[in-house]
Amino acid sequence: MRVIAAVLAKRIGMAIVTLFGVAVVVFLLLRVAPGDPVAMMIGAGASAADVAELRARYGLDQPLLVQFGIWLAGVLRGDFGVSISLHRDVLELLSERLPATLELATAACAVAVGLGGAIAIAGTLVRGRKAEAAVDGVNGLMLAVPDFVWALAFVLVLGVLWPVLPLSGRMDPSVGVPFVSHFYLIESLLRGRFAIAGDIVAHMVMPVLALALPLAAVIVRILKEALSEAMMQDYVLVARVKGFSESRLVIGEALRNAVGPTLALTGVQFTFLIGGTVIVERIFAYPGIGAMAIDAVINRDLPLIQGLVLVFGALFILVNLAVDLGAVALNPRLRHGG
Amino acid sequence: MFTPTRRDTLALGAGALITSLIGPGGVAQAAVGDTLTIAFNVNLPAFDPTVGPSAVNPSIQAIYRSVFDQFVGQKPNLAFEPGLLTAWGWSDDKKKVWMDVREGVTWHDGSPFTPEDVVWSLERAADPKTGNPITFVWSELSNFKIDGKRVTADAKQYDPVLFKWMAFLTGYVLPKAYYTKVGAEGFEKKPIGTGPYMVDEYQGNAFLRLKANPKYWGGKPAFQTVVFKFVTDATSRVAEIESGSSDLTLEIPYEEFDRLKKKKGLTGVATPITDIGMIFINSDDAKTLTKDVRLAANLAIDKQAIVKRLLRGYGVPLATLEAPEYEAFDPSIKVVHDPKKAAALMKAAGYSPEKPLKTKIQTTRGLKPKDYEMIQAIVGMWRKIGLDAEIEVYEVAKHFQLRTSHKLAPFAFYNWGNAIGDPTTSTGFAMFGPSPHSSWKSKDVDAMIGPLWGETDEKKRIAGWKAVSKYVAEQGDVIGLLQYAQPVVYKSELKVIPNISGALQPTLVSKKA
Repeated sequence: MRVIAAVLAKRIGMAIVTLFGVAVVVFLLLRVAPGDPVAMMIGAGASAADVAELRARYGLDQPLLVQFGIWLAGVLRGDFGVSISLHRDVLELLSERLPATLELATAACAVAVGLGGAIAIAGTLVRGRKAEAAVDGVNGLMLAVPDFVWALAFVLVLGVLWPVLPLSGRMDPSVGVPFVSHFYLIESLLRGRFAIAGDIVAHMVMPVLALALPLAAVIVRILKEALSEAMMQDYVLVARVKGFSESRLVIGEALRNAVGPTLALTGVQFTFLIGGTVIVERIFAYPGIGAMAIDAVINRDLPLIQGLVLVFGALFILVNLAVDLGAVALNPRLRHGG
Repeated sequence: MFTPTRRDTLALGAGALITSLIGPGGVAQAAVGDTLTIAFNVNLPAFDPTVGPSAVNPSIQAIYRSVFDQFVGQKPNLAFEPGLLTAWGWSDDKKKVWMDVREGVTWHDGSPFTPEDVVWSLERAADPKTGNPITFVWSELSNFKIDGKRVTADAKQYDPVLFKWMAFLTGYVLPKAYYTKVGAEGFEKKPIGTGPYMVDEYQGNAFLRLKANPKYWGGKPAFQTVVFKFVTDATSRVAEIESGSSDLTLEIPYEEFDRLKKKKGLTGVATPITDIGMIFINSDDAKTLTKDVRLAANLAIDKQAIVKRLLRGYGVPLATLEAPEYEAFDPSIKVVHDPKKAAALMKAAGYSPEKPLKTKIQTTRGLKPKDYEMIQAIVGMWRKIGLDAEIEVYEVAKHFQLRTSHKLAPFAFYNWGNAIGDPTTSTGFAMFGPSPHSSWKSKDVDAMIGPLWGETDEKKRIAGWKAVSKYVAEQGDVIGLLQYAQPVVYKSELKVIPNISGALQPTLVSKKA
């Protein structure tokens, strides 16, 4: 426990420093990068004085250091500012949109783990045979095609040619159920509103698959390799001698030892998955933080971009922290400081 | 009596989930009845139509016009008509304005619309603290007075375009009492207007559901419900209409437009709108971009071929920044494709394909259909006459920043919208030196434009702007390329009236009789 507490304390300290660094870099980059939010909106007949007044309205007339100080002080108070383009409190917007992305990314991660695990096991079971080449071929395809191409392919196949799934949104626009939280899927399941949950799931299928397939392919590659190594170990040979079936050898014996690195990798990949939602959410008009991020960048909505990057950063750190703690908890050598 | 156990409940839930996923009706098919579903090309960021970047986004005006009314209305052919003002005008001495406010109108919450709302909306629009990007127009009025249904105000100076702005960007009337009570954030959460549709449900980046305003002063809308799905990806919009998930979509690639309109159950229309593809020329480079070079750059471009080959015929080649539907369009002004003359002009300036003038052209990529490909084609045409332009792709945000700081490249492609069709808001702001949006700044053009801003004689004013267009074309100070067409695909049982302004509001869609 002492080791876990020490790891936790160290990582939290590092997380604060990292987030501060992220905040500084993003703030500066946004001010240096071309594109001015005021220039984006001024009317054609605006004078220099009109432009100056608009800049003052959004606090952009202040020196850079002052702007940063005001923003940082606000963030520490829990005030992320007001979005220039959405005219709403940034923190409130993030708390509305983040749950949608988290539900999507978590579902995609679960599908990726399930699918990737199943394919890796199947590939291990048929290793050395012609079928293994087929498994590797399918996996290569999953790995080579990026998520947005999968998304467009699903739109074509499951949205147009065989229209069994809804193409856009998080739920059918005709559904008007007030949710208490913004975790629509979880809440509808908890409240027993299964028809609505079904509608939400139907809207998630294509974006989830698009996000999950490339991650599943990575999992297959790592897990299959780890399983192959485990299958050469002495304890597996002993079990084989004892007459265990091939599937029992793979699932019952080798998998338990091979799964560690895969889970660690999956944790890290989860954060990249959230990054991948930016394009996929746009294609499926899915209202998460990814879709919001694109609009924020197009409109040079500085407070919103800063808030989004901080959230992405915090998520990245949290997930990695959870992975590290999980590794410590699972690995006796790490747990005892060995 | 059946008392479900936990296992029964889970089993029922799983069954319901699976049924809703794979069962018939799993996908909501848009069926033209009382609901119109539009796969819309942009997201609605905010409801306040007078503040922030969305207030000046022409595409979003279709949604704003559904919920709110403008001071002055505008027909699909760009002609103006009564809106919440039934009549308006200037005093004889042109120092005051008068506006008659429509009676019998109610806000969506049932409260009466009054002249106070008009005055408050105009005063608020003029206040820079609100963040209205068009304060330079609204601040022209002050000292408002209400006498019955008539509002009068003093004007700083005569502005022939003032009332046209009332049908244009940020020219909306908002509810004084309601807005004051709920504040800006409260208004964003539950906006109300006097428009034909009321906000029913909104999910940013996903959809907006509107329901018909039964008390709308302009008559009952054709659809009880209108759903705007915010499908910003063009491929997804094509899928929406092709799968039947939406009844109507717009701004899709012309190739897809041609394909879809031939499909059974679908039809389409592509009408020229007030979006002008043009190339700015930077006057800071006047030493190298002499009159001969500028004219050569103009004459070398085969606009007809660009429209025909790149845009599949959907577009209108232009010689100036005025489209045929605009008030100051002059068909006698022509910039005819003449590569031989262009090469001769370049030779006179000391350049040839072997000894080209090296320069740069900036362009957006994907902002408008085939914008980048168009510039590639133009650069190819220029190369043949001795103008060697390097292409730089920029984002629209960078374009705005460079334009307002007068740092655009020698040539810079952009799309200029002008939904009210007045020459001040096209040639005027694009070519007048003091405007932050002009790139070619010259005393000779400014001297022609200056007196036109306050010209009281409308015929003289329009004639003056035509003269400016002619002069600019003769000098080659800007390159007017083409007028874009807006492709709209919809179900055959619908009737759509295209809007030249590009704002395809639901009131222009109805069911076929």
